[in-house]
Parts: sequence; structure tokens; C-alpha cells
Amino acid sequence: MAEMTIKKRPKNLDLTTIRLPLPGKVSILHRVSGAGLFLCFPVMLWLFGASLGSPESFATFKAVAGMLPVKVILAGLLWAFVHHFCAGIRFLLLDVHVGIEKEAARQSAAVVFAVSIPLTLVLWGVLL
Amino acid sequence: MINRIVVGAGYGLTDWIAQRATAIIMAVYSVLMAAVLLVVRPGTFEAWQGVFANGVIKFLTFLFFVSLFYHAWIGVRDIWMDYVKPTGLRLTLHVVTIAALVGYTAWAAAILWRL
Repeated sequence: MAEMTIKKRPKNLDLTTIRLPLPGKVSILHRVSGAGLFLCFPVMLWLFGASLGSPESFATFKAVAGMLPVKVILAGLLWAFVHHFCAGIRFLLLDVHVGIEKEAARQSAAVVFAVSIPLTLVLWGVLL
Repeated sequence: MINRIVVGAGYGLTDWIAQRATAIIMAVYSVLMAAVLLVVRPGTFEAWQGVFANGVIKFLTFLFFVSLFYHAWIGVRDIWMDYVKPTGLRLTLHVVTIAALVGYTAWAAAILWRL
């Protein structure tokens, strides 16, 4: 029988004191954005269906999409999509062992934010 | 044999690969559609409907939705597995998630094939 050598390691799971490094922020925001997109599937499907249904439902779609609270939600969903997209490409590259060294991984995490935030604003300007 | 803890997931590579394959399909579709919309610039209802009435676009859009919902299943399932400890509640959430996603798939098909 092997000796019990499990040590009590120090553990800190207090979310208010954890300072995540940049790749950690990309990772948790990937999850948050994914969850947000999932929760809003019905909203997006409804809008998509209305936009394609008939000239009348298209007019309803435009009116609903133009309302301020809906615009705010759509802006959030747009950011969620763009962040999830950019972070996802980074994760795919990490999967094939591109940029897995610490320094490279930190830099690519910064690139995700440097691309996703301006891209969200540009798309926002074009679409909303 | 080790006592296996029921977490409600498969135990192979299938989902891991499916998550990445669906991600690539959606990424390619997104870039492709952005290009199509930039070229067509559908400003009216007729033009917008015309884009999705095209057989190829319709097929690719449905493929996108199926990829999206499969991808979402894996991601949301992982979230339930990470944060929801009581097995009964977790498996219930799994079932609700699958039911919703299957419903959304039918909804997406109905939107596209009404055109």
C-alpha cells in the first residue's frame, strides 16, 4: 500500500482576491460570452425569423431592433460573438501547439483584446 | 476498475473534436457571409430574403445553426459540469439544455424552409 503523501496545498478560490493574468481573462470571458450567447438564442432566432418572414414582420423586426434596450442587448451579443470568435481562434492555435510558451501565450491574449474590442466597435457602427 | 463518477458526459475524444470542428465551420461561415453581405449589400426586405432563399446559402446557414447548437451543447454542458454539484439537478439541466437546442434546430429549419 502506497503511503499517503497527499499534501495540503494552499488554495485560494476567493474570486474577490484572485488577480487573473491576461490569458485567464480571455478564458473566463470566452466562457461568459458563450453562456450569454446561449441564453439569447431565442431572442436571436426570433429576430432572424422576423427579418425573413414577410414585409410586415421585417418592419416589426426593424422597429424592435431599433429600440434602445434591444440595441444594448444586441451590442452586448455582438461583443460576445466577436470575443468568442477571436479567443476561439487563439484556443484552436494553442490546440495545435502554436504559441504555447508563456510569453507568446500572454502576447496572443493581448492580441485577442486588441482585435476584439475595436472590431466590435467597427461592426457596431456598421450594423447597429 | 476505478469507481467512475457520473458527470453526464461522454468519455472520449468525440466531443472535444466536435467542438473544434463546429467552431471551424462557424468561423468559415461567418467570414463567408460577411463577404456575401458586403458584396450584395441587401438594403431592402426583398434583397435580404433573397440572400437566404438561395439554395447554397440556405444549406450553409442550416449547417451553421446545427454546428452552433452542437457547439453550444458541449460548452453549456461543461459549464453545468463545472459549477452544478448535485447530480440530479445537473442531469436535469443537461436534459433541459438538449431539449432547448433540439427545439432551436427545428425553429431554424422552419425559418429557412419557409422561404
